[in-house]
Amino acid sequence: MQALEPGIVFWILAVVILVSGFLVVTLRNMFHCALCLILCLFAVAGIYVLLEAEFLAAAQVLIYVGAVAILIVFTVMLTSDLASESLIQHNENGTIAFVVCALFAIGVPYLIKNTGVWMPAKGELISDNVGSIGKYLMTDFMLPFELVSVLLLAALIGAIVLARKERS
Amino acid sequence: MISPVFAVGELDGLFRWLNELLVSIGLPQPWQDVIMYAALSATVFGLLALIALFLVWWERKIAAHIQQRFGPMRVGWHGWYQTVMDALKLLQKEDIRVATRDKVVFFWAPVICFVAAFSAYVCMPFGRGLIVADLNIGILYIMAVTTFTVISLLMAGWGSNNKYALLGGMRSAAQVISYEVPMVVSLLAVILYVGSLSMVDIVESQSGWFNWFIFRVPFGPIAFVTYTVAAIAEANRTPFDIPEAEQELVAGYNVEYSGMKFAMFFLAEFINMFTVSAIAATVFLGGWNGPWLPSWVWFMGKTLSMVFLLMLVRWTYPRLRVDQLMEFAWKFLVPVTFANLILAGILKYLGYWE
Repeated sequence: MQALEPGIVFWILAVVILVSGFLVVTLRNMFHCALCLILCLFAVAGIYVLLEAEFLAAAQVLIYVGAVAILIVFTVMLTSDLASESLIQHNENGTIAFVVCALFAIGVPYLIKNTGVWMPAKGELISDNVGSIGKYLMTDFMLPFELVSVLLLAALIGAIVLARKERS
Repeated sequence: MISPVFAVGELDGLFRWLNELLVSIGLPQPWQDVIMYAALSATVFGLLALIALFLVWWERKIAAHIQQRFGPMRVGWHGWYQTVMDALKLLQKEDIRVATRDKVVFFWAPVICFVAAFSAYVCMPFGRGLIVADLNIGILYIMAVTTFTVISLLMAGWGSNNKYALLGGMRSAAQVISYEVPMVVSLLAVILYVGSLSMVDIVESQSGWFNWFIFRVPFGPIAFVTYTVAAIAEANRTPFDIPEAEQELVAGYNVEYSGMKFAMFFLAEFINMFTVSAIAATVFLGGWNGPWLPSWVWFMGKTLSMVFLLMLVRWTYPRLRVDQLMEFAWKFLVPVTFANLILAGILKYLGYWE
């Protein structure tokens, strides 16, 4: 919908992301926290759509909502301590954490704006972004791509080794 | 932004008339768009609701005939409007809510399930030009939105505060996540060959005699079979209906739901079955391609044949055990589909059957 003002959509998504993100770390019920996390990740996918990165948006939903978040929900359900009682999610270090987070939230935009290292991308967006992502992953960024694959494989094997019961 | 076009083929005239009407009464541009999209969604929604009602009746008839019964016979010719009556009954039923439920989660679970099931149809090519929006990430989009079904089932299981519902929801999540891998990888073999994720591109690359992917390439039949098996599991149907196994879990995740909320789960389940069949028809069976008949007849014919296959399987085979189900997915389907994908890559590289 090009006729709708993109600004409005952005602000709606921003509010959803911030509110749901805040609820993730404050709600007492872990299952509700997990659902808020899903909402937050989904709204981030919405931001990607707004930036014309459709592939990234679909991958975000598929991987974060479809796999990671479900795994978290699953863990919450299987852990009886987490599922039954309401938890308190904060401790006495709250003030320090707040100061650090506030510094980070103000400092990063300030640095980006004033150092001039991060410039906005030049040129038009490529319309076929799925094709070009594929092409770049197989040519210019082959090494990082393969490294990530090996890392994921190592994590996979590590998880299996940890989860497997020793046969005596 | 993704900008869908109003490419609605045979219905084009109707939508153009509506657009002209909106222009003539002088609505501002954003509202014109909103009303046009609403009309488009209402059309697709109405069509799918009718399909779902038909599928429920059809399933009951097939089940009955396989078990040497007649099935619904009383209302109309061979009970053809039985499901309409059932839906009306469900609408009037009391909405029973368990006192110990998780209020918010319990309420939103059927809504999310319903929306997830219907949003896949944004880029489903019903016929030549009969598509709401030809997204360039087409099939990936469908895969992404359908994952919300799993979340809704987990929410229903949790929100009901019932151990059977919880077990059903968890079983379903485990199953759907496992079977999503072979499902996507078997589709990937074809996508690799087409070189595009757009549903329209996939269909158009299969035009002409014997150009459907199931016939054209050696990996086609294998991918089709693995996809169908994974699709049955995705749609939570026997022999993979562990999530709702009646004899073990009463009814699984929807056990505490009644009235309209139950109907939403029920209809979404049939819509999901239609979705997986429609993807199979589009990707492997040539979509709307076919001689003589209009394109949408071919699409519906192929999709309903797939649905018929799924129904026959459901009423013929017994249910698998949970561990057998998982072993089948990870130790058999995943290796086979990956081998198939490698085969497809080699054939594409060598340039066969382009």
